[in-house]
Amino acid sequence: MATPPDALVLAGDAPSLEPSDTPDRGTARLAPPRPPRLGWRVVAAKEFGDGILSIRLFILIALLGLAAVGAIYSTASFVGQNAELASGTSGLFVLLFSHQASGSQVPSFAALVGLLGPLLGIAFGFDAINGERSERTLPRLVSQPIHRDAVIIGKFAAGLEVIGLVLLAITLIVSGIAFLVLGISPSPDDLARLGAWFVVTLAYLGFWLAFAMLCSVVVRRSATSALAAIALWIVLTIFAALLVGIVASFVAPVPADATLDQQIANAQLQLDLARVSPGTLYSEAADYLLDPTVQTVGIVPIEQQTDQRAIPSILPLDQSLLLAWPQAVALLSLTVVCFGAGYVAFMRQEVRA
Amino acid sequence: MRKRGRLVRRAAPEAAETDLAIQTHGLTKTYGDLVAVDKLNLAIRTGEVFGLLGPNGAGKTTTILMLLGLSEPTHGRASVAGFDPTRQPLEVKRRVGYLPDDVGFYGEMTGAENLRYTAALNGIERRAANDRIGLLLEQVGLADAAGRRVEQYSRGMRQRLGLADALVKDPSILILDEPTASIDPAGVAEVLALIQSLARDNGVTVLLSSHLLHQVHQVCDRVAIFNAGRILAQGRMSQLAAELAGDQLELEVGLDGPPDQVEAALRASPGVVDVKPDPHDPGLWLVTGPQSIRGHLAVDLAARGLGVRHMRRVGDELDEIYQRYFSRDEGDHGNAA
Repeated sequence: MATPPDALVLAGDAPSLEPSDTPDRGTARLAPPRPPRLGWRVVAAKEFGDGILSIRLFILIALLGLAAVGAIYSTASFVGQNAELASGTSGLFVLLFSHQASGSQVPSFAALVGLLGPLLGIAFGFDAINGERSERTLPRLVSQPIHRDAVIIGKFAAGLEVIGLVLLAITLIVSGIAFLVLGISPSPDDLARLGAWFVVTLAYLGFWLAFAMLCSVVVRRSATSALAAIALWIVLTIFAALLVGIVASFVAPVPADATLDQQIANAQLQLDLARVSPGTLYSEAADYLLDPTVQTVGIVPIEQQTDQRAIPSILPLDQSLLLAWPQAVALLSLTVVCFGAGYVAFMRQEVRA
Repeated sequence: MRKRGRLVRRAAPEAAETDLAIQTHGLTKTYGDLVAVDKLNLAIRTGEVFGLLGPNGAGKTTTILMLLGLSEPTHGRASVAGFDPTRQPLEVKRRVGYLPDDVGFYGEMTGAENLRYTAALNGIERRAANDRIGLLLEQVGLADAAGRRVEQYSRGMRQRLGLADALVKDPSILILDEPTASIDPAGVAEVLALIQSLARDNGVTVLLSSHLLHQVHQVCDRVAIFNAGRILAQGRMSQLAAELAGDQLELEVGLDGPPDQVEAALRASPGVVDVKPDPHDPGLWLVTGPQSIRGHLAVDLAARGLGVRHMRRVGDELDEIYQRYFSRDEGDHGNAA
């Protein structure tokens, strides 16, 4: 039986909100079990289990897996041709992930992840909070001895874990195909590039997860919040280029007899505007990291990237990392801002609808 | 009103108040202009079953959420199991089992899995949790359904699972929001019996809210009648009935005969203060007077040649007590305005 006088004394000298974090005090208490020190881990473990066994996971693995294999086969022919020329050169393996064969309709693997990856984030976030509300499990969940933020942190962590696992699985499948079919083995440099790309991609997918979770906090119905997240995805992937073009031609018009300066100003503005989109940031970072021949994603000559000139000059890894750094940081901060907004909105909401 | 205030004030400064499991001082919650809970003072003793009764929208759930630290009071404070739910919500939530109104579970998980999640959130070690969950499911009569997905459960089964869920952490206080609302009469009796045995055998303090007085009054040691965020009355049922009636007595009398004649005869009877025809039933009259009229009214009427077909004291039935508190409350508002 609890001894209330003791409990009162303990309450008196407890520092603030977190008395359960001090282990020795916890053992001194008899009756109630000690709540988990990291409540979000318990939430995350449950959510991870749900995610791994969910039908949506299988749908997404099938979709992304098919796309990835398609992309690899179309790229493989190009890389295969150049393998003899460039044998022993590092960076050949990662080209498999980033190069779009000329004339091919199929984008590269990295571009496909940029295009379809948001679906992963949306799928594991769009009903995170409003799903608990409509199932009426939220009051029960938050009445357990965990902080309220454990719910949203745990769900975000679990979502990232599941997404990371999917991404890892698909990357390994693609690597396996490259290894078996083409006989190209990755150099340590290649592996480091892939590792860096993986981290950037996770930040990019994390943005979409955070955005979908923000929708799930703000919008009461899961279907509506899924629609809201998908709407942003479509706007950014399909209409962004169009919108950016229109805005740029208003601000920095390019008349028929435009000077080179005018053209450059317009192009520069378009680029800056496009970089607001996480998709642009991701694809630029992915290009730097996975294609060592890419030395800029700015406005200077794109013809350099055509395959007439087999592999021009190859940047060392640290230089590529340096180039990708701003984009990676921008992506990460977009993710943090999005998650922060969802977090604050959730903490301020009433438990009852 | 004054009596209650004194009780709380006397208990407040000392540590001797530990025989109170839950108490609130001027607890208030407003949403904009709407006052959901208005300066609530409650004192619930350890080990008692306390009923918070009132119609839907009276502020019962808001009060409960504030007691659990899930909603912040606008003014006032509360103490639950010796802790302030606003400042130390985890300490409160470790000790308080909560069954929400219209409880929900993860449908794709089994009943036992749902409870295991709750156990994990409470830091109960896996093996101990499994033993406890098995025992609880047996207690609420769900042992056979433990391995079935909750989406296949009936509402009554969910409610019983909710009760088991609230008990997983072995609480010293149990807060049940409308525990009988969605179950059939047989289920209600079972759930109430379970609540009562928990309180008696395990010394668990129970606070339950309900809008159905007649369902829960048998299990409640004390009740508070609650409307529009305020407590209208607090105490034992018998006490409340007496307090409400006072010295005045209202009788429902069934008489045959021409209405004016009957009314005149009733008014002429000694002690009668007021006579009203029952608005719903033409043959019935509502007669008000001191307690003593019950003894002689029938005789008086018989002497005037009127046969009493039916006579009943109004307010004997629980729902009438309940209704009258609300009508009196409205009357108070009318006077104040």
